[in-house]
Amino acid sequence: MTVGLRGLALRLLLIAATLALWEALVRALAVPAFILPTPSSIFAALYRGFSSSLYFNHIWITLAETLLGFAFGTALAFALGIAVALSRRIEYFLYPFIVMFQAMPKVALAPLIIVWFGLGLTSKVVAAALVAFFPLMVNTIVGLRSADEDRINLMRSLAATRWQIFWMLLLPNALPYIFAGLEIAMIFALIGAIVAEFVGAQSGLGMLMQSMNYTMDVAGQFSILLILSMLGLFLNSLVTQLRRRVLFWDPSQQVDVPTAKKGGAS
Amino acid sequence: MHILGAARGFAPRSDAVSDAISVRHLSKQYGVGADAILALRDIDFAVADREFISIVGPSGCGKSTLLKVLAGLISASEGSAFLNGTRIDRPRRDIGVVFQSPVLFPWRSVLGNVLLPVDVQQLGRERMTARALDLLNLVGLAGFERRYPWELSGGMQQRVALVRALIHDPALLLMDEPFGALDALSREAMNVELQRIWLERQKTVVFITHSTAEAVFLADRVLVMTPRPGQIGDLFEVKLRRPRTLDVMTSEEFGGYVRRIRAVLNAGGGIE
Repeated sequence: MTVGLRGLALRLLLIAATLALWEALVRALAVPAFILPTPSSIFAALYRGFSSSLYFNHIWITLAETLLGFAFGTALAFALGIAVALSRRIEYFLYPFIVMFQAMPKVALAPLIIVWFGLGLTSKVVAAALVAFFPLMVNTIVGLRSADEDRINLMRSLAATRWQIFWMLLLPNALPYIFAGLEIAMIFALIGAIVAEFVGAQSGLGMLMQSMNYTMDVAGQFSILLILSMLGLFLNSLVTQLRRRVLFWDPSQQVDVPTAKKGGAS
Repeated sequence: MHILGAARGFAPRSDAVSDAISVRHLSKQYGVGADAILALRDIDFAVADREFISIVGPSGCGKSTLLKVLAGLISASEGSAFLNGTRIDRPRRDIGVVFQSPVLFPWRSVLGNVLLPVDVQQLGRERMTARALDLLNLVGLAGFERRYPWELSGGMQQRVALVRALIHDPALLLMDEPFGALDALSREAMNVELQRIWLERQKTVVFITHSTAEAVFLADRVLVMTPRPGQIGDLFEVKLRRPRTLDVMTSEEFGGYVRRIRAVLNAGGGIE
């Protein structure tokens, strides 16, 4: 979607008007700050957090957990996805486990993961990797099996080997599915890291929110929600930038739908 | 030469060069037991080196199945097919195939698509790129090598597919209704172009179509197939002079060939 300069100005105006209305209503109705803070107090909390460099440390921790979890989770998902898609035997063996794990809400494992891996970085990376794993594995399998029969026949008619069919046809053909999986996996990794921090952590944005909750600092929590939203957008853009370069040939690239195909949260 | 064909009353070929393809008592059955469907029954013919043969028939007459057997993509239930004396039992590098749809890979440029057989058969891109550009020029696509398939029209895409089938200089070109998806005008233009390329490159071509006019226009000989089960209804020589122009299609002689095909198809219950 392309937005002109006028459209952009209109949008900013709309956001400003919403914030002004919010501020006015909270003041006029005297809503207590621990229920709904004013936008001005949220921005004040944001400023305090950044000027004391408190937020930077925690953002860095959560970002590192998310990216490491994403990297490990998607690497494993990609490898296993290829194995399952190409080998009936491996699929037969792994299928019951995949179905069982997929049906389970992965974040429910967070308390156990904390027990197994402690309060530090490792448990958050494991939790993030676990929730990032499934969307990519499923999409890799579906993508690798989506190749058109004509295309497979073309490769076969050229006397191509199995590996050549994989590298020259199945893998590039699966890339649109794989990138859709990576986009979901990135956001899921952030969810996994935050939930694990809620359950037990020494640092990170989730832990910070939890401790603000105990002190009724609702404005502070809102400021962190804002940061998390920005973090999510940034992480998502990492994948979409790469996708645009790699998938220049995919017709679905012409349509930019940032949230529509992302399925439910875990 | 070709004793079997002569014995069966099929038209003899004009020249005495050796057979490129020979198909001997070939049958193909899908499934087993009561559900079995006989797709091809006792197909028996030969194609001379550098001959252009059209196979024409209605849908379901097994002509695509026959082409898949010739391409080595599926195996025959009985009998066999030979290319230059060796049995076709798997895909071979000396065969080029053009399918109904262009089957281009959108992630490869026009040149990349043309060089696909070169990559698969590891013939060396450096050596073959000049040849690829030469062939693209031959089909009127000079300057399009850096474009991508989705930027081309259907006719241009099918030309790319044709160049791809020629790039590794196969002994045999198999074409499965390659222009079926094109509009009538582009189709006629492609027929003229294919004839020109064939005259220039002199390949053995097996061309499958359901258009009687296309079959006659292009071929040295026409093999007519009738359905249920797919079998040979007729095999005759087309004695129109080459190069043929589109005007030939309105001639009395041309009409005679087309009527002959129709008569065979009608007798075989092929017209639905």
